[in-house]
Formats: sequence, structure tokens, C-alpha cells
Amino acid sequence: MGMTMTQKILAVHAGMKEVHPGQMIKARLDLVLGNDITTPVAIEEFNRIGVKKVFDKGKIAIVPDHFTPNKDIKSAENCRLVREFSREMEIEHYFEIGRMGIEHALIPEQGLAVPGDVIIGADSHTCTYGALGAFSTGMGSTDMAVGMATGEAWFKVPEAIRIKLKGRLGEWVCGKDVILHIIGMIGVDGARYQSMEYCGEGVGSLSMDDRFTIANMAIEAGAKNGIFEVDGRTLEYVSEHSDRLPVIFQADSDAKYSRVIELNLPEIKPTVAFPHLPENTRAIDDVRDINIDQVVIGSCTNGRLEDLRMAAKVLKCGKVNPRVRAIIIPATQKIYLQAMKEGLLEIFIEAGAVVSTPTCGPCLGGHMGVLAKGERAVATTNRNFVGRMGHPESEIYLASPAVAAASAIKGKISSPEEVVG
Amino acid sequence: MIKGKVFKYGDNVDTDVIIPARYLNISDRAELASHCMEDIDAEFVKNVKPGDIIAAGKNFGCGSSREHAPLVIKLSGIKCIIAETFARIFYRNAINIGLPILECAAAAKDIENGDLVEVDIKTGRITNITKCRFYQAESFPEFMQGIMEAEGLINYVRKRVKDL
Repeated sequence: MGMTMTQKILAVHAGMKEVHPGQMIKARLDLVLGNDITTPVAIEEFNRIGVKKVFDKGKIAIVPDHFTPNKDIKSAENCRLVREFSREMEIEHYFEIGRMGIEHALIPEQGLAVPGDVIIGADSHTCTYGALGAFSTGMGSTDMAVGMATGEAWFKVPEAIRIKLKGRLGEWVCGKDVILHIIGMIGVDGARYQSMEYCGEGVGSLSMDDRFTIANMAIEAGAKNGIFEVDGRTLEYVSEHSDRLPVIFQADSDAKYSRVIELNLPEIKPTVAFPHLPENTRAIDDVRDINIDQVVIGSCTNGRLEDLRMAAKVLKCGKVNPRVRAIIIPATQKIYLQAMKEGLLEIFIEAGAVVSTPTCGPCLGGHMGVLAKGERAVATTNRNFVGRMGHPESEIYLASPAVAAASAIKGKISSPEEVVG
Repeated sequence: MIKGKVFKYGDNVDTDVIIPARYLNISDRAELASHCMEDIDAEFVKNVKPGDIIAAGKNFGCGSSREHAPLVIKLSGIKCIIAETFARIFYRNAINIGLPILECAAAAKDIENGDLVEVDIKTGRITNITKCRFYQAESFPEFMQGIMEAEGLINYVRKRVKDL
């Protein structure tokens, strides 16, 4: 029986000729990832296992990015725990403040994910590296602990939804609009326990940053992973960032899918997800007069260089509305520096926005932009659940960097076309 | 055998309402558990008793990978969650920490808040004592039963590491 991309990667890592959906397997891991929220719990569990060393100190990455730079004493204690563990275990890929970034932007940038890898992370957005043709998925702290100790994890082999992309995106439309559109179509559990496998000639028209955004939000459709076919653009990205050799897996022509979706990229409009679920989507043309208090541009979903360039293109054309606080967070130090060199930070500051050091901060209501009761935000982040960014009675509208930037200027949810003439 | 009163919730109960991120810097387990379900049911912590059960609709536990979510539910005294479906990371986290969960659409639809319910994890049989009804959930694959019997993945792996 034919296998999907995901099934083939899992089979090789399980040392098996083939695997079938629903099968329980144990697979070898190429990278185990954790952050300052999930790693402290993982360390506690790791210590209970009774091993003295991690399985491979070069195959573990630890990134304190959620409540950092330390937002309070409790967070500082957690970071200290993580830092001490990393030193004691001689973890090679521990990223200290000043050399770090939001984990899912940082890992590909550091060349720690390449096509064909199996990666687990104690963070739900670990699915991001599927953009590179790797199998990567989010798990909990106990899985991270066992992964660090044994270099293995248990998996239930998933079925897949095949998403065929055609054509290219229109102006002001990006990967965020594509994934919001898909989640709107299939729902927040539409791909539950499954892979979302992207293929077709339309893939070639998407930048790597677009692909990272699309793979990143697979979890918001309930998926186990999102994965893209590897093409020339992927290989170019990998050779620029990593010394490791990519292993390319293609789906068999007779692979079985639970569902096939065909998506015409030129038809996708800037899309906004209304509170309190990412599936509550509307095309920007159907959004009317929603006043806002805050805009956040950043996160593991949309804090990359292209996102900042898109936001700058809009913010160059106006000032942040006096009723709005605009917060812009480059996802890594490298992106931050490049944005500075390109003059993007100057555009943001002159427009009246705050520019912050890399952090997940406001996305999960941690710090750097927590919402008060009744406040509304447009955010390029990934979740708009009740209380996600602060008070349980605040509201989050998810959108692209272009829509977020236009909304910051207008003071209400707006299309970039309304701002850029 | 698990027997307790049911706390019933709807679809898509996410990890941000089970344990809001603003509490994720707390390492004291009792303090963490005192915020369980706070943003969806402020009375939960006051009313829950050891042995009680949560029942819910589709996609329970969607959202983040925080293990704090099944952990606070376990610490609150809840002995089992019955849902129509679970989000996948929550599903594996619950199994890994030894919190029994069952997928059963019929039970999830029929059971109401406050019903007295009995659950046999091994067989997947659910008895609604209040309504005098029975439901059958899928039982766990053998491998997962092994983890559940060891009361979590760490105990399961620890045994394996020792045997090596």
C-alpha cells in the first residue's frame, strides 16, 4: 500500500519497511525541543526516569522564549532551572537571551531542522518545521523528558489530508490568509490526529516564510503535523542555514488520503478569524467597523522578516491611530538585526509603534501587551481563545501582518488597500 | 472502578481556559491546581470532589501542549474525562501522566451536569447511575493500556531502562 510523506518519514525512523494509519510505533528522534514553560516540568520527569545523561547533547534544543526576558520572579526561577539543567547536561543548543529568538523561528534559522527529520517539541507549534519537509509535532513535557532520555517517542501513525495548491497569491495576501482560510473551511478539529500534506504547483509560488506560517498553524486545525513537498526553494533555504544533508521523501502515487482539498491561491482574500476560535473566519471585505485597542505583529506564526517587511510597507503610509497601541516583535535576534539594517524598525518607531526584543510574550497573555477587560486586539498570532491574551472578557482577531498594520493606522479592522493607495 | 459526579462542558474546551497561561510560571502544584478551569467555570475548584468526572463534547483540550492542563485536572481530584473527541496533544499528555480518558460520543452527548456516573477504564464501560443508562467507549490499544497500568509513561520507561 502506498504511503504519504509523513508515513514514509515515520517508517524510516521506526526502522520499518512500511507503516499504516493507526499503527503504534516507536521512532528515533533527530531533535527534541523545549522552552521555559514546558522544560521545567520535563526536567522533573527526566530526573524520575533514573538516567544520568541525555541521549545526545547535540540533538536537544532548549529556548527560553515565553516569559523572557524574565517577566517576574517565578519566571526567573524557571529560567534558572532550565539554564542549570542545560549546563549540567552540556546541551549544545541552549539559546540564552541575546542570542535567542522565538523557538520556531530560531530552529530553522539555526539549521537544526532539515528535510526528512523527525522532531518533537514540548510546544504545540513545533509543527512549523513541516515547511522544510520534516515530520515535526508538538507534545507534552513527559514526552520531552522521555525523548531526552531515550532519543525515542511513541507515535500513532496518522492518516493525511492532501491539500493541492494552484496558482499564486494576490497582492497583500500571504501564508497567514491561506491557513486561516483552510481552518475556516475544515474547522478547529478538521484535521484532528491527521497530517496536512501540501503539494501541487502552487507550493512553488510560496516563500519559505509563507510555508512556515502555514505549517505553524496546522495545530489550529487539530493536525498532528503539516508538511510541504520539498522543492528547490526548500533546498536553497537548507543549504543556506545547515551543514546537514536533507533527505527528501515524496508521497507514493497510490498513497491514500482521508480527504483531498484543492485550493486556488489567487481566490484567497485577506482573512480575519473572529473571537474565540481560529475557525471563525471572514474575508476582509465582510468585516465592518470593528474598533480596536491594540495590534500585535510578531509570534512564531508571523514574526519573520517578510512579515515585518509587509507591515513596514503599510506603516510607511501613515501613523498608528492615537487610540491604538501597536507592538511589533521580531521573532529572532537575526531578524531584528536585519530589520534594523533594512530600516524597518525606523519605519515602525516613526509610525508610533513599540518594537520589542524577541519573545512569545503577548501571544499567550504573558507580558509585553496583556489586554484589559473589554479590550480588542488584532494580532498576527495563532490563537484567539477566551483569555488567551489577557482578561477573559477581551477579544482577539487573528490576521496577517498587512491587515494588522492597516488596522493599527485606521483604528479599526481594515484592509491594507484602504491605507496604501 | 471510578464513580463520581459529572462536571459537563461543551465543544473545544481549550488549554487556555483549563489553565490560563498567566499561571504557567507557578511551580507549586497545589497553587497551580487552584486555578483549574478558572476562565470557563470559576466555581469548579470549589465544587469538585476527589473521584469526580468531567464530560465534554468535541476536541477537548485543544490548543497548547502544556502538560499543566491534564495535570491540574488530575490534581483537582478528577479521576476520568469522557469526551466525544480529544485534541491529540492533550490525549497523549493525559495518558502519559496517567489520567484516564475515554472517547465516547453517546456518553458525551447523553450525560448531563451533575449526573452520577461509573466508569470501568479496562473495559470502557460507562454507567450513568442517575439516568440508568450504559455506554460503551473504545478500549485503549494494548501499548497505551501498559502506560495507564504503570500510571504514566515515566514509570513505564523507568522499568524499561532498569531492565536494560
